[in-house]
Amino acid sequence: MRLVNRRPSREAALLLAALPFVLLLLAYLFGSAARLADNPADKLLPWPSTLLESLRSLALEPDRRTGAVLLWSDTAASLGRLAAGLALATLVAALFGIAIGLVPLAGALLGSFVAALAMIPPLAVLPILLIVLGTGEASKIGLVALGTGPLLIRDLALRVRELPEELLVKAQTLGASSWHLAIRIVGPLVAPRLLDAVRLQLGPAWLFLIAAEAIAATEGLGYRIFLVRRYLAMDVILPYVAWITLLAFAGDRLLAFLGRRLFPWARSGA
Amino acid sequence: MSRIEVQGLWKSYGDRVVLERVSLVIEPASLVAIVGSSGCGKSTFLRILLGVEQPSRGRILLDGAPLPAEPGPDRGIVFQRYTVFPHLSVLENAALGLELRASRLLGRSFGARRREAHEQAAAMLERVGLGHVLEAFPHELSGGMQQRLALAQALVVEPRVLLLDEPFGALDPGIRADARALLLELWEERGTTVVMVTHDLPEAFQLGTRVLVFDKVRRDPQAPERYGATVTYDLPGYNRRRPRPPAPAASAAAPATGGS
Ligand SMILES: Nc1ncnc2c1ncn2[C@@H]1O[C@H](COP(=O)(O)OP(=O)(O)O)[C@@H](O)[C@H]1O
Ligand SMILES: [Mg+2]
Repeated sequence: MRLVNRRPSREAALLLAALPFVLLLLAYLFGSAARLADNPADKLLPWPSTLLESLRSLALEPDRRTGAVLLWSDTAASLGRLAAGLALATLVAALFGIAIGLVPLAGALLGSFVAALAMIPPLAVLPILLIVLGTGEASKIGLVALGTGPLLIRDLALRVRELPEELLVKAQTLGASSWHLAIRIVGPLVAPRLLDAVRLQLGPAWLFLIAAEAIAATEGLGYRIFLVRRYLAMDVILPYVAWITLLAFAGDRLLAFLGRRLFPWARSGA
Repeated sequence: MSRIEVQGLWKSYGDRVVLERVSLVIEPASLVAIVGSSGCGKSTFLRILLGVEQPSRGRILLDGAPLPAEPGPDRGIVFQRYTVFPHLSVLENAALGLELRASRLLGRSFGARRREAHEQAAAMLERVGLGHVLEAFPHELSGGMQQRLALAQALVVEPRVLLLDEPFGALDPGIRADARALLLELWEERGTTVVMVTHDLPEAFQLGTRVLVFDKVRRDPQAPERYGATVTYDLPGYNRRRPRPPAPAASAAAPATGGS
């Protein structure tokens, strides 16, 4: 049978899916064991027990200097910034995306401008943000919003333009004004698409957040891993990276779940 | 119960002439079926009546006044596809026109007015045979049910003219027959002037009090886009019924044309 026609059974599919993870784990264990055999003080590939012990103290013990339990205070700070930045970007995208997509005059006025904005590499703007907004929360939230917002606006405007003309015409024959179209028809119809777009921007949002935290912060997941990098503290960095990955994954799942719950009429999704 | 006058209508896109010299009067409460080969300009004609396209030459009067240049609640439409709102339940779809009318700011009504709108919409849905699926979303309905919903949705706001562009073209034969029968009944009850495009000749004659055939009278084999279609046959349909609308209500409720 051709390779393209061979389908794994359920169990086989699970095994296959697990395989890369297991291989990575094994490779790590071998590497760690080899390095530790060479030099018991090696910090690069800590043995799992060291990682767990470090994770336990990060997650359960208050920091000697600040009194906060680092993993949780860092997580709260980072998630707060991420949520604020994404919420800001989403709000702006909803306003401008619908205006640009629905109102030809607004599209003519702002379409090219937003397209140009979207071309600016956000990280290049970070110094400006730091100068203008200071090194507080605003610059980090700002970078996340600026990094994801223009793309969200453009994506949403495209989605609005993709709506079947029939629906917009139909609504007008039912007496809809332009404003009615925006809030009763177009807004609700593209809301699932906006949520999907935000989901796709979660990755970039984390990137911008960690970059901003690495450069100017006093707490946060990104701040922590860049701080301890100086001490080659892989026993902190590795659990943090795993935790960030888990959070990103959970965020993705959460938005997918929200989409299904909020928009049962939109059959696609997940 | 409205009269449409089309005077010397031309429509071209650049060099491509689609319609030429179309002049006709559509009497109040008639059911006009338009047939013609695919691509001859039937939908274009309907879209001009709808206000989505503007005539290149000529003019159209609706009850003596120039036709507004954009769609409005005086002209209802049912398309073949994309004709109901997927994010609204059946009841919300049918009530939408009433809800929009209720509030300029929110486009929805509350309390007693909302109940009233929903009762009116529910009655209309009952009439088209959708009384049992008020809470369903359109994607849960069959194609025939969706078109019934579209009819109900359009008629709830009591348009002066109902425009239909191959409304039953995508339905299975049995369903299509039911939908036609329903359209006839609704037209008879309300006396709304109906203009229906179809590519189905028997359907045109069965439903229409009048059948218009669109075709080109002049052809240039070297440049087919040079001449447009016009009304080549204007025939009586087999539909001999006449509407018997409930006396005054319909015209009194005729709303101002809207949209900003
Ligand atoms: N916006 C447009 N620009 C250019 N040509 C168009 C446009 N809309 C329709 N046409 C042309 O007009 C002709 C008539 O189209 P249409 O009215 O949709 O035909 P039908 O009778 O099948 O409904 C077609 O040849 C089509 O290509
Ligand atoms: Mg057509």
